[in-house]
Amino acid sequence: MRKFADLHLCPSIENPSHVEGMVRKAFELGYRMVAIPLSSNITRDKISQLRKTCSDANVNLVTRVDLTPKTSKELLHSLRRFRRRFEIISVVCRSKSVARQAAKDRRVDLLTFPFTGRRTRFFDRAEAELASSALASLEIEMAPLLSLKGFARIRLISSLRREAAIAEKSGVPVVLSSGATETYLMRGPREHAALAGLFDMVAAAALNALSETPLSLVERNREKLSPRYVAPGVRVVKEGDCCPRA
Amino acid sequence: MLPKGVRRRYLALKITGEQSVSREDLLNTLWDSTIQLFGEYGASQTDLRLTRYDSEGNHAIIRCSHKTLEMTKAAVASITEIDGRPVAIHIQRVSGTLKALLKQRRT
Repeated sequence: MRKFADLHLCPSIENPSHVEGMVRKAFELGYRMVAIPLSSNITRDKISQLRKTCSDANVNLVTRVDLTPKTSKELLHSLRRFRRRFEIISVVCRSKSVARQAAKDRRVDLLTFPFTGRRTRFFDRAEAELASSALASLEIEMAPLLSLKGFARIRLISSLRREAAIAEKSGVPVVLSSGATETYLMRGPREHAALAGLFDMVAAAALNALSETPLSLVERNREKLSPRYVAPGVRVVKEGDCCPRA
Repeated sequence: MLPKGVRRRYLALKITGEQSVSREDLLNTLWDSTIQLFGEYGASQTDLRLTRYDSEGNHAIIRCSHKTLEMTKAAVASITEIDGRPVAIHIQRVSGTLKALLKQRRT
């Protein structure tokens, strides 16, 4: 059976009952893994408290940080600071230089583009080429599709259609996430797949963007963050005196 | 008997919100959402009907043409409010016959 993940659930961290309500709702809707964006200075205690809330609801928590750098230099600085601390790093690209830098940096997992206006969406063919070689994924949030109305939604669907087509052509993995701040903006995986049909994403690709792509991304990052990881394809299997020396 | 080629899909819905919703409001919202997303031409193809509605249990069953199932699902999923009150409508099951849907829901 397919396992689904929502890599962008946005409850109010300061309100434990809100977090619990949204995580329980995620489980009810069929998600077994959720990523909650955390502030960069969050304490370990707070993270373990969140982990407990999620494990009580039978949901696997993924730690995530959203970086919103103004310049590419600021992005590099933030990546050096936070890469080893969070399982998922998402970059909200508000300028073209940041978008290009984020797409070519292997430490970036998700590229997110603000939904306000066509001019702030920099996911074009050049960006996709860089992202595909650096294994970065394009994140598409579904909450704006529900909250926007009229012309704003028409423009958003049009932009998403163009971006999804570019991503598919360039082989950039797409991750669909809810971006929900309230329970009434949360939808099940198959409902998200139906909504993805609005920007011409086929159902099978949409379901992959909600299950296999995010799960493999998290698995890859967890392996990298484990103390046994040495390099891609190399990990410590056994340590101690019993190992023969060369 | 259905004419040959007419295939339908029945969707079991669960409405979650703070207050209960009337049958008319639900039906109007479903049509509004379909028309907003797909226009009047698209909405005319859906053959949308509200087959059953339990306002106390907040459950509903709607029917649509099998060709427009994905459109109907998108229209249902895009509903965020009914009569100005925030709600979410979740699709619980989809079936080809009402009998099978009711049987699935009972089990």
